[in-house]
Amino acid sequence: MGLLSDPNRRRALISLLTRLNAPICVVCYMAGVAWFMGLAFEPFTLRTYMSENAMGSTMVEERFPAGERALGTGREFSAHKKKAGGMPVDWLVKTMQSRGLEVFTQRFSRRLPFPDEDKERYMVKGTNVYGILRAPRAPRTEALVLSAPCSPGDDNNQAVGVLLGLAQYFRNQVFWAKDIIFLVNEHDLIGMQAWLEGYHHTNTTGMDWSPLQGRGGSIQAALSLELSSDVVTSLDLVLEGLNGQLPNLDLANLFYAFCQKIGVLCTTQGKLQRNDWDSVSGYSHAVQTMMLMVMKQASGRPWGDHGLFLRYHIEAATIKGINSFRQYKTDATTIGRLLEGMYRKLNNLLERLHQSYFFYLMPSLSHFVSIGYYMPAFGLLALILLLRMSSPGVLSVLTPLVISHLTGVALYTLPIHFQEIAVEHFPVSETEAVVLTAIAVYTAGLALPHNTHRLLTGRGTENGWKVLKLVAVLYLAVLLGCTALINFSLGFILALTLVPVAAFVTPDVPKALSAFIMVILSPACTLLFSVFLFQELQEMPVSFLDGWMLYLSVISQGILDHALYGSLVYPLVALLVYPCWLLFWNILFWK
Amino acid sequence: MRWEETVVEEATADKEDTSAPETVVQSSVPQPKDDFQEELVIRPLHSGDIYASFQFRTLWETDFMRGNKVSHYRLFPKSLGQVISKFSVRELHISFTQGYWRTMQWGQPFLPSPPGAELWVWFQDSVTDVDGTWKELTNVLSGIFCASLNFIDSTNTVQPSASFKPLGIGNVTDHRFLRYATLPREIVCTENLTPWKKLLPCGSKAGLAVLLKSEKLFHSSFHSQAVHIRPVCQDWQCKTTSWELRQTLNVVFDLHTPGQGKLEWSLFKMFSRTLTEACPLASSSKIYIDITDDPQGEQFEVSPATHLLSQAMVLGDRRTFSVYDLTQQITFGTVRSLNLLIRWKSSEDMLRPLLHAERYVAGYGLQTGEIHTLMYNNHPYRSFPVLLLDSVPWYLRLYIHTLTVTSKGKDNKPSYIHYQPSKDRVRPHLLEMLVQLPPNSVTEVTVQFERALLKWTEYTPDPNHGFYVGSSVISSLVPSIVAMDTNSTREQPLFSSFFPCKEESSYFMRVYTEPLLVNLPTPDFSMPYNVICLTCTVVAVGYGSLYNLLTRSFQIEEPSPGLAKRIANIIRKMRGVPPL
Repeated sequence: MGLLSDPNRRRALISLLTRLNAPICVVCYMAGVAWFMGLAFEPFTLRTYMSENAMGSTMVEERFPAGERALGTGREFSAHKKKAGGMPVDWLVKTMQSRGLEVFTQRFSRRLPFPDEDKERYMVKGTNVYGILRAPRAPRTEALVLSAPCSPGDDNNQAVGVLLGLAQYFRNQVFWAKDIIFLVNEHDLIGMQAWLEGYHHTNTTGMDWSPLQGRGGSIQAALSLELSSDVVTSLDLVLEGLNGQLPNLDLANLFYAFCQKIGVLCTTQGKLQRNDWDSVSGYSHAVQTMMLMVMKQASGRPWGDHGLFLRYHIEAATIKGINSFRQYKTDATTIGRLLEGMYRKLNNLLERLHQSYFFYLMPSLSHFVSIGYYMPAFGLLALILLLRMSSPGVLSVLTPLVISHLTGVALYTLPIHFQEIAVEHFPVSETEAVVLTAIAVYTAGLALPHNTHRLLTGRGTENGWKVLKLVAVLYLAVLLGCTALINFSLGFILALTLVPVAAFVTPDVPKALSAFIMVILSPACTLLFSVFLFQELQEMPVSFLDGWMLYLSVISQGILDHALYGSLVYPLVALLVYPCWLLFWNILFWK
Repeated sequence: MRWEETVVEEATADKEDTSAPETVVQSSVPQPKDDFQEELVIRPLHSGDIYASFQFRTLWETDFMRGNKVSHYRLFPKSLGQVISKFSVRELHISFTQGYWRTMQWGQPFLPSPPGAELWVWFQDSVTDVDGTWKELTNVLSGIFCASLNFIDSTNTVQPSASFKPLGIGNVTDHRFLRYATLPREIVCTENLTPWKKLLPCGSKAGLAVLLKSEKLFHSSFHSQAVHIRPVCQDWQCKTTSWELRQTLNVVFDLHTPGQGKLEWSLFKMFSRTLTEACPLASSSKIYIDITDDPQGEQFEVSPATHLLSQAMVLGDRRTFSVYDLTQQITFGTVRSLNLLIRWKSSEDMLRPLLHAERYVAGYGLQTGEIHTLMYNNHPYRSFPVLLLDSVPWYLRLYIHTLTVTSKGKDNKPSYIHYQPSKDRVRPHLLEMLVQLPPNSVTEVTVQFERALLKWTEYTPDPNHGFYVGSSVISSLVPSIVAMDTNSTREQPLFSSFFPCKEESSYFMRVYTEPLLVNLPTPDFSMPYNVICLTCTVVAVGYGSLYNLLTRSFQIEEPSPGLAKRIANIIRKMRGVPPL
């Protein structure tokens, strides 16, 4: 600190920083991106390891025998599902009861703010059925959940079959210390949301549900099973939950440990792990896996039925059976044994899962990047914002600030409220109306706020833009910092695009070119590129037109996620990120 | 000397039983000084499980009101007798339970108890320092029963004003002399069973107690053992009084079999023992099998069959029992061993018990929450009042202004509320309410709370497991279907005569809700060293110096020149020459 308290050196340091400001910023940006790309390089990552002692050394012996019978039950379920044209409630209740469970049902209904065209639903009505296996001599204080969705069509029948098979098998075991809840939820996430809200008696999203009759105390962990074929080649682990929350890493470790033990191929993001990390293709494979995780996390959506558990501090993951053209197949008995092993270990838990990481990225299932490693990448980007703060006076910036935020509020509220008017006047469906209104408000915002200061203060003050820029840069730094703490991926992606804008925009740069760059780097275009990149990473590239349609549906899904499950990404973008970007847009057109 | 006496006793008891028919008679024969009875009730449950309830009653005729020291013990265990006289206990009720009674599947138990340990004691009004005596008593009981009762302290003890009335004779109802505490986390196992068995006159050597093998008792769905000590009248005029020690043990065995056929169970299968004799010290030793649900004998088969039937009023219902009298040799047959065999059918429907309750924590996050207590009155047309007792630890700070009681969507104002706020680290919240439950309704009691941040030494070794909140207690006079027997001195089976019954039209019932497991905001204890070091470093170096830099301004200041130099400079200034 002597360096800074000595006035001469301090002056020297400051002059160095001002003189080399631009190069330092460029170096920081490059270093940030390079650091991020380096995270996927295997020697820089850590191997996963089980932190929780209660699940560690004591290996259990899995004996689940009845895979074939479970598949038979699944087929029976599918027949009854077809007959009932939805959830076969009576059949499920009877089947669960005959397996010795306490069975309860929950009805729910929800009117979506606008029709969901992807899943073709508007008025949703359904019933959840769940059975509780009461652990002997347990006082109903702790529970574990195993869920399988009742999906339309032929999906997930096998998952329900395996769930019922496991229920039957678990019922005859004596070692349970926690109640186990077997849940079959209708209308995937909406049903799950209704069940969780009913269980915890909260109502965050205005859903109608009937109160639950039976409970098992505080839920310690949950797994959701998705299985649509009799045999699978691999099991995929989905971790990303609502608002980018992740379950404790020990849950992933547990899954990985059992896959290794039983000999099942396991993937994350649908990508097998490879051993050739030192080759270019091996490295790019790891980058791909990690980038997919980053994109999914940044989207803030729940990527499986487990995603909604995380809000309630319940560690949860989805296990998806994947059937591809590989030779090596795994049957239902093996999947049952895997789940049995995992539940027996979870049953051993003395405390909630808390020993391992909650903030991590996974370049492969056996390696992870912890928060301590990935944060510097973001820190390097955020540093640029601090370096670009130039000094100067205040208050004249109030008008642009207020107007930008009002535009944000309009973007947040108008699309849903104006859908009816839009549908009347234009030949579009409700969903399109909502999305197009959102895009229209977004674009209109570009025209609105610049030059406002002139209208109100009479003339554009010469130094006014500097104050505005100071405020905007600080604003962005705080905003990104907070976002990255909670949801690193979203924070990082936003930083990647917004930081260059924030760093270099002044009224003096060439207008047309800068305006073009700014639009390219605006949040909406970031989303568009993300959609294409995501498809590319999943090895399913799309044409521009398909991409555009996908882009529209992503926006509508984002708004729906906010209304249905309380996802915060849409309000974050509309109310904070977009107004902040508008401030920079304002600076560009200051004169 | 002692042995002879007991033989005589047994003989008289035999005579009584053989001479009197099974219908109950007024006991006019002068009772022996001490008396021991044992009883086992087996009830095949609706759900297909089987419920076995042991009751052992030791009567000790002594004049406890005078407080004179007694040093002669026969059947009554000396360890407990000394405790009673030393601590001037009037009534003592202690239960150890592993598991939760599933009212919806199993109906009502004969004697309810909450998960974990429960202790409530009425002291004599001669006790001056009740808290001190209570503390000592819990420590002594902790030793006797090999349980962690010493964890009972002022933070989990309450003095209920209405819910726990004395069950024996005595007119002290000032709740200053009552102490009630539960330990929901207490785990019950063999080490608690052994000292409990030692209190029996025959130990586990003879009589029904030979069935109490821990490897089977703890391989069950529910296990509860209790000790109740109270003063009772010997006759209906209450001329002589005596201490009653009741030891009860309730256990539910899980008989789940996937098929739908008849279930079969026998004493040997349940307890891995058969009975060969009654306890020689017992005046009565009987096994009751509840066959009420099967009047035609279609669903049940009991073998060996017995022609002795008995009816008793239990929990508002008239039940029929097959009775096996172990004091008679004929019961054991030619093989000299009794192995009861029961076959019955079960159904999977849930019951609709008249009164039951559940409780849960609502909300998410670690800041606030809400406790919901649901009380169901399933009676089709009668409403009845219940007393709800809630004892909540201080670290859940109840917002009592948010207390709501609603039934059928309407506000239901309790007619009596007794609330004692908590004091941090000293005493828990106590909330007692008298609520009228409308017929066929659910009454919901909600209260919000805030989770306290504990001091770091106050966390348990497993803070992420959560913290327990004991069961709430619901006590009520429930309307009964049949006229209840109010004559307490008549000879009744032990299991039907515990709670005194004053009215013919209703009976007393107590229901416990499940305990709660609540997570409190917990610091990351896994790396305290790193955290402390890092935090200190950041605060000291980062914040300290930054603050320093921001608040101080640095300027270069020349040392002030001497007087001669200053004068020289003034002169030079006047001359228009640059200063030195």
